[in-house]
Amino acid sequence: MLILECPYCGVKAEETELAAGGEAHLKRFGPGSDEDQFHDYLFMRENPKGVHFERWRHANGCGKWFHAARCTTTLEVFGTYSAQTYEPPQEIKDKITAKRPGWSWREFSDGAK
Amino acid sequence: MKRYSAFAVAREALRYHTGWERAWRSPAPKPHYDVIIVGAGGHGLATAYYLGKNFGITNVAVIEKGWLGGGNTGRNTTIIRSNYLQDPSAAIYEKARSLYETMSQDLNYNVMFSPRGVMMLAQTEHEIRGYKRTAHANALQGVQTEWIEPARVKELVPIINLHGPRYPVLGALWQERAGTARHDAVAWGYARACSDMGMDIIQQCEVTGVRVENGRVAGVETSKGAIDCEKMGMLVAGNASHLADMAGFRLPMESVALQALVSEPIKPCMDVVVMANTVHGYMSQSDKGEMVIGGGTDAANNYTQRGSFHHIEETVRALVETFPMVSRLKMLRQWGGIVDVTGDRSPLISKTPVDNCFINCGWGTGGFKSIPGSGWAMAELMATGHSPLTEEFSMNRFKEGKFIDESVAAGVAH
Repeated sequence: MLILECPYCGVKAEETELAAGGEAHLKRFGPGSDEDQFHDYLFMRENPKGVHFERWRHANGCGKWFHAARCTTTLEVFGTYSAQTYEPPQEIKDKITAKRPGWSWREFSDGAK
Repeated sequence: MKRYSAFAVAREALRYHTGWERAWRSPAPKPHYDVIIVGAGGHGLATAYYLGKNFGITNVAVIEKGWLGGGNTGRNTTIIRSNYLQDPSAAIYEKARSLYETMSQDLNYNVMFSPRGVMMLAQTEHEIRGYKRTAHANALQGVQTEWIEPARVKELVPIINLHGPRYPVLGALWQERAGTARHDAVAWGYARACSDMGMDIIQQCEVTGVRVENGRVAGVETSKGAIDCEKMGMLVAGNASHLADMAGFRLPMESVALQALVSEPIKPCMDVVVMANTVHGYMSQSDKGEMVIGGGTDAANNYTQRGSFHHIEETVRALVETFPMVSRLKMLRQWGGIVDVTGDRSPLISKTPVDNCFINCGWGTGGFKSIPGSGWAMAELMATGHSPLTEEFSMNRFKEGKFIDESVAAGVAH
């Protein structure tokens, strides 16, 4: 069973307390953007085999949105962090690097390159 | 290939069954093929079969990283139906359903197609309106379905409880010619027929890279060496994003786990398939007597072929109200598969940004029922560059806003 620690209220919430919110750190495109940008933002997904960043909501708890870093091939959780950020904090990246050296996800990576 | 028949069974009975031969060959890969199909599940094998049967293309390799039919083909609840709302979906699923009717004869392999009827229960007022609308749409599409009242539901399914407090049964959409088939046999039957046409089925051969030269597919790198090809078809369901990544393009798709479970075998008690989409549960009884139960998908991306326990619990909890006898059943096995879900819950059967590379994926929770129709259409697309059945399922539909929105329309359990 998936257990994520809510970074706001500190509760270790199991899956039935949580609502999945899809891929994290999507860049939104507004009026004036071209078709490709809208298309990619709305439909194209990373769907990676391995390290993934997601949005979750502590639905049956404090109700707040947060981010989680997870592995889609082992269901391992690397950590959770605030939703008020455009990229994963260094601390989370370091935790992932410790277990998955050489990882990369969209523009983020272990920084080795 | 020796044909299977009553005579063959009698002949083998007289010589201690020493004359049966292997159903398909397991050759080493050749350096070059006209067509490479990645994925030896139902869809991949059906595509190869119809490439040979309808278009005479037999220099084909079907490459599989695991074993034949070991992915979603062997993990589904074997339901076959075509009662979809949208015209393009009804067309391809009805093509598939009609091909299932004669598949055992076509392949000389008993796929145990059982047109026992599929019933989709309406348990809310909205579902009543939705299914009546689908029944009208199906009448126009030439798909035989009808709306039935609760009394008729009870007649067809005596074990049902019509008056549950939370989920009363208010009627159902009934497709009498829908049903089930033996899922493994579909893969095995196609594999045997493909092998007989001279195609190579190469198992335990994982694709590790896709070679693209001047925007055109040139071959694949595999765990058994490089193989060249003129054309390539990707039919790998949940792993489609991963394979597309190797070829250098992205897909509007996410992979999630879908689970099913079966009970201990019991005496015959239900001879139709019942789907209850409000509660995300569906159930049928297998020929062995097991109650086969399917539920909804998990919400988060997953490649592990196992899902969350609470989804199974939710499914069974809801079914217990509609089928009180479920509460006394012991469950035997539970398993998961990785389904590929697109933005509009309809598949992609399409050309790709790479020339001569074709993709067929995104069947989500409805892959098994579509196998022959999907293979038929994909073969036509790959051989001629165009198929009337696949036109609407192009990858570009998301850019153009021409969705085939089945996520609500078909009332499919997701």
